[in-house]
Amino acid sequence: MIPEWSLIVAVVLVSLTSLGLLLSRDWRLGIIWLALQYLGVFLLVSRSWSVELAVIKMVAGWMAGAVLGAAITNSPGKEFKATSTSLAEGVFRMLSAGVVALVLVSVVPDSTTWVLRLNAASRWGAFILIGMGLLHLGFTNHPLRITLGLLTVLSGFEILYAAVETSTLVAGLLAVINLGLALVCAYLVLAPGIEEKE
Amino acid sequence: MSAPIIWIMIPAAGGVVLYFLRRWYRLSVALGTGLMLLLAFLAWKMPVNETVTLGPLVLKVRETLNVLGRQFTLLDTDRPFLLIIDLLAAIWFAAAYISRAGRMYVPLGLMIIGLLTAVLAVSPFLYAAMLVELAALASVALFLRPGRPVQRGALRFLIFQTLGMPFLLFTGWLLTGVEASPGELELVNRAALLLIIGFVLWLAIFPFNTWLPMVGEEAHPMSAGFVFLMLPFVVMLFGIGFLDRYAWLRNAPQLPALLQTAGVVMVLTGGVWAAFQRHLGRMLGFAVMVEIGKALLAISLPDGLSLFFAQLLPRTVALAVWCLALAILGSSPGGASRRDLSFSQVQGLGRRLPLAAASLGLAHFSIAGLPLLAGFPVSFALTQMLSRYNPTIALLTLLGMVGLLAGGLRSIAALWMGADTDPVRWQMQERRSESFFLAVGGVTILILGLLPQLFLPPLADLAQYFERLVTIP
Repeated sequence: MIPEWSLIVAVVLVSLTSLGLLLSRDWRLGIIWLALQYLGVFLLVSRSWSVELAVIKMVAGWMAGAVLGAAITNSPGKEFKATSTSLAEGVFRMLSAGVVALVLVSVVPDSTTWVLRLNAASRWGAFILIGMGLLHLGFTNHPLRITLGLLTVLSGFEILYAAVETSTLVAGLLAVINLGLALVCAYLVLAPGIEEKE
Repeated sequence: MSAPIIWIMIPAAGGVVLYFLRRWYRLSVALGTGLMLLLAFLAWKMPVNETVTLGPLVLKVRETLNVLGRQFTLLDTDRPFLLIIDLLAAIWFAAAYISRAGRMYVPLGLMIIGLLTAVLAVSPFLYAAMLVELAALASVALFLRPGRPVQRGALRFLIFQTLGMPFLLFTGWLLTGVEASPGELELVNRAALLLIIGFVLWLAIFPFNTWLPMVGEEAHPMSAGFVFLMLPFVVMLFGIGFLDRYAWLRNAPQLPALLQTAGVVMVLTGGVWAAFQRHLGRMLGFAVMVEIGKALLAISLPDGLSLFFAQLLPRTVALAVWCLALAILGSSPGGASRRDLSFSQVQGLGRRLPLAAASLGLAHFSIAGLPLLAGFPVSFALTQMLSRYNPTIALLTLLGMVGLLAGGLRSIAALWMGADTDPVRWQMQERRSESFFLAVGGVTILILGLLPQLFLPPLADLAQYFERLVTIP
């Protein structure tokens, strides 16, 4: 059984990693943040699922990160290799994250009526991920960033959904969707360099 | 042997096999088309859950396949829908070779067909949301053209389809609560709200429709057309399943008004934007918006479900001809790259590719509901029924279709216009195979328009399978 204090650690972890994903421009750092984020997701999901089943989410997430990393390493475009964020951009993103935090402060306490079976820490973790993921999606049209945003939103949703659905098929299909997203991103990243013969 | 293995596993596995055979393009197209025709034939002739004797063989195809504790079930009553899905896919795959749709088209198309069929079979049926998402992921790869930069339309499609899935999954959970206590109004309202948001995202309903024209512009027309046709159809079947299953949803007094508002907004925005459009590919996206709107309007009407199914054939034929014509117009003489389909680039192209340009016009006008063409009988019936229940909606729908018609006239003008001194004389540069497919498609549009009574009633009869829905107030 996962101890109670680990839930607080998990909420702090997903808050920091989702903020890190939003702020960092370096793809390597992005994938490290993603891997750490899935650790937090695992801790939060393990409150609702058995550890053996919850670990599927972490492994699938890490595999998705590995696929993304391998794709970017082999991509022909230089735009994926950007590493620096301007100060103004960083400040703007931080402020936007602050706005999301304000929204969450007003939404999450009321969410008990929606998601009765979930403890407060899991609800906070889930809504933080959904909010930050949506913010991330709003900032970019870059395939890697979009995939990171979608994976973040889906992670938040999976924490909520784990409380109401414990089916193995659902766990498997959601893991396949996470991996599928990473594979599609890999294809999007690599396709410009592929020669098609009619 | 079970029905889900035949109609779900075999196409999906076929897609994987053809992926490895993609080097032999003609072979993979022929095998894909042949497989779909075979499955369509089986759906037509082979009963499910009955003993069939084939010479010395005695077969019984079971209805259910168990996977990880959940069931995939295809009943004998599902066969007409399987026949439609597999026939539609066969038509689209057959045109793949001449339209040079790319080596990934048939393998990915087969996988998408397997997944979309699974959407109709999975039980509890809300798991279908995840299968639609997987089909959407495969569609993104279908939209992408190797050697080209990443496209915004495909990315936006990916975002909207992925965000739609959680809403539908949560709806499923809430619906179990609603079934247990249907009088709890707050729970019903929450379920309805999540359901609406999920379907708005999936069906590209305004304001989440922006990917349609973008994909129309950026993707290969056959790939775009395949997804434009199959995905909304299966998602709508899934939605109709919801209505058929849940009485509280079916009998909600706001439902017809909600569907009509969404439908008319789609028809109107699609039509008006088409009238001012200057790109043939984007025009296709707006026409699909109009078609989705018309389908929603049909579902909203009492006994309109027959019309929803009747719309399918004219839509399929028109979209197939339209996409094929676009593919031919967009293929540059060398075949190495594709021509941009903006009006400025295709000016006068109709003089060199007259059959493609004429077919494009025919398909466009058919979707706009011009008399004597395939789309007219269903468009006429729709506006007639709408005018009985809500004349304002009928008028706005007509306005949208007029906009689409204006877009068609502008497309035709752009394709045939040119200076009098233009040295390019009229000539027919289409290949023989292209001319054959275009001619067959064009003649079909005319025959469907002239003799709708021969083709539409069997499709309209499909509404019988949702008998509880015919009583929408």
